[in-house]
Amino acid sequence: MSIIIHKNTKILVQGFTGKIGTFHAEEMIKYGSNIVGGVTPGKGGMTHLNLPVFNTVKEAVEKTGASTSILFVPPAFAADSAMEAADAGIKTCVAITDGIPSHDMVKIKRYMRRYSKDKKMGLVGPNCAGIISPGKSMLGIMPGHIYKEGKIGIVSRSGTLGYEAAQQLKDLGIGVSTSVGIGGDPINGSSFRDIIEKFEKDDETIAVLMIGEIGGPQEVDAGKFAKENMSKPVIAYIAGLTAPKGRVMGHAGAIVSAYGESAIEKVELLKECGVTISKNPSVMGDTVKKVLVESNLN
Amino acid sequence: MDIHEYQAKKILSDFGVKIPTGGIVYSPENAENKAREIGGSKWVVKAQVHSGARGKAGGIIVCDSPFEVADATDKLLGKKLVTNQTGPEGKIINRIYIEEATDIKHELYLGLVFDRSSESIMVVASTEGGMSVEEISKEKPETIIRSKIEVAVGIQQFQAREIAFGLGIEPKLISRAANTIIGCYKAFSEHDATMVEVNPLVVSQQDEILALDCKMSFDNNAMFRRDEISELRDKTQENANEVYASDRGMNYVSLDGNIGNIINGAGLAMASMDMIKLAGGEPANFLDVGGGATPEKIVKAFKLISMDNKVKVILVNIFAGINRCDWVAEGIVQALDKIKIEVPLVIRLAGTNVDKGNEILKSSKINYIEASTLEDAANKAVKALGK
Repeated sequence: MSIIIHKNTKILVQGFTGKIGTFHAEEMIKYGSNIVGGVTPGKGGMTHLNLPVFNTVKEAVEKTGASTSILFVPPAFAADSAMEAADAGIKTCVAITDGIPSHDMVKIKRYMRRYSKDKKMGLVGPNCAGIISPGKSMLGIMPGHIYKEGKIGIVSRSGTLGYEAAQQLKDLGIGVSTSVGIGGDPINGSSFRDIIEKFEKDDETIAVLMIGEIGGPQEVDAGKFAKENMSKPVIAYIAGLTAPKGRVMGHAGAIVSAYGESAIEKVELLKECGVTISKNPSVMGDTVKKVLVESNLN
Repeated sequence: MDIHEYQAKKILSDFGVKIPTGGIVYSPENAENKAREIGGSKWVVKAQVHSGARGKAGGIIVCDSPFEVADATDKLLGKKLVTNQTGPEGKIINRIYIEEATDIKHELYLGLVFDRSSESIMVVASTEGGMSVEEISKEKPETIIRSKIEVAVGIQQFQAREIAFGLGIEPKLISRAANTIIGCYKAFSEHDATMVEVNPLVVSQQDEILALDCKMSFDNNAMFRRDEISELRDKTQENANEVYASDRGMNYVSLDGNIGNIINGAGLAMASMDMIKLAGGEPANFLDVGGGATPEKIVKAFKLISMDNKVKVILVNIFAGINRCDWVAEGIVQALDKIKIEVPLVIRLAGTNVDKGNEILKSSKINYIEASTLEDAANKAVKALGK
């Protein structure tokens, strides 16, 4: 198995008829993702890319049985759309949108507290590349062909750095079970910990590559979780060794503001948790390979 | 986005927080009149720059007469103030805030930030006003009070009271102090702030609770719905190249080294900077042209890097996904047709159609060094410095 998305996962596109939504929906369909329709308020009843368009997520879920959605809605309306998905019973929503205000993200997360754990939607992103289970389904904006089907789980804040890792693995003949981009915003839907927990439970995944960066507590939280709860090896790279303190490095979340948030401090804390560190971004693939050999997982 | 002290104080006073009487001036003559208008016998002349630690840098001058106020203003206006937060180049002083001096009984610290662990708004307070929060947490961590606010319902009276009692405020002043804390919370939550810091918050000899200094930062992502805050932006306080980049949808941070970078994606940009450092070089900048890296963006990126005369080598590292490498290569060729680059250029392309992309670069007239991996690119960039 893979995590979160599989061969037959039924997917809705929120912001379906817009330029960006259309472009990426076509790419996902080409890859083989099971897109069953889309939502654009006011355009319900239309057909777009040979698929039905609905006015509300609730109606779309009733008519198509979709369990998953991907969101290309502009920042000003994105929080509203994510909450609509949660309320309609969507199980996983990937928010690609870049530029959602932090106050809105806090609001979404508070809103979702009204659902019990088994009914709560998993939000991934925003400002992320999405999710791909190679050879099965793509729920994102990544170039699908750089991912080889296999057994390594990848979780990354950055999109392009996640691609870099997938390419390095492919060049070494190593494949990926699922790759998840959790996005570069300070407050995001799913944390590193949320995702590695899913990889631990997945039969197919044998090791996890975590690609973090400066700022925030999430990488170290995931390290602590791995130490206590994981049987599978975790390999990590933390970007931003040279980042100056107090400056935002492209991602709103990539800013060092407390102890344990610089790259050097995170690397030290992760090592203490038994995580293997890829010492530079050029050897992420090699480091995974080395760990696989050492753990007899090759 | 950051704003000036006087702008932040105006916002606080809109939410019922008391501030000393003051006014903004742009000339010494103005300043003298403003001091007379404010009245009293002691004034504080404060340089308005986007930085803390202004006092230590000579940006805050206490004066005993309107003439002294004029003198102090004359001394500061048009100068660059160099603090431990501005970097060696300093920040230009274009505005001066004149304020009545306050007789201080106690100095306190009050700050509000997003807490990323609990994903809520956190109020941080301490009896050690005047120190930076980093200094307080290092030297007097026991004085720090933290209170998490449930954003769905906002700050409650009891929470504000608890903080006020924790700060040792006298019982008769508690409700005044609590209302001040609530006012700061409202300023934070109703304007999409990411940081509000009142340091110091003071109790005056006259038993008033006053915000003596205030810093505020706002969420750039929320400025589309905050016209009244966006208007307060002062571009003279920002690095000119950073302003040029942000106005064109690129993420750029100026750094001290001499290897200029053009990279797509923030994570890959940070990773490339790390590789440069490991190879023995220093990056001149962080530049993320966006995941897309369209030819137009690449032209703008080359223009931006060519404006920085520290740059002795340029490193281009693009991982092309949906925008294939051949398209990116054409963008680079177009850019170099328009912009003359005098320094060595190292290019690493990866991803979709990489061979085609490299073929286009090779068959063009541009003079460059081809690199295959991240590591190779960084090594070649550092080596090119020596030439």
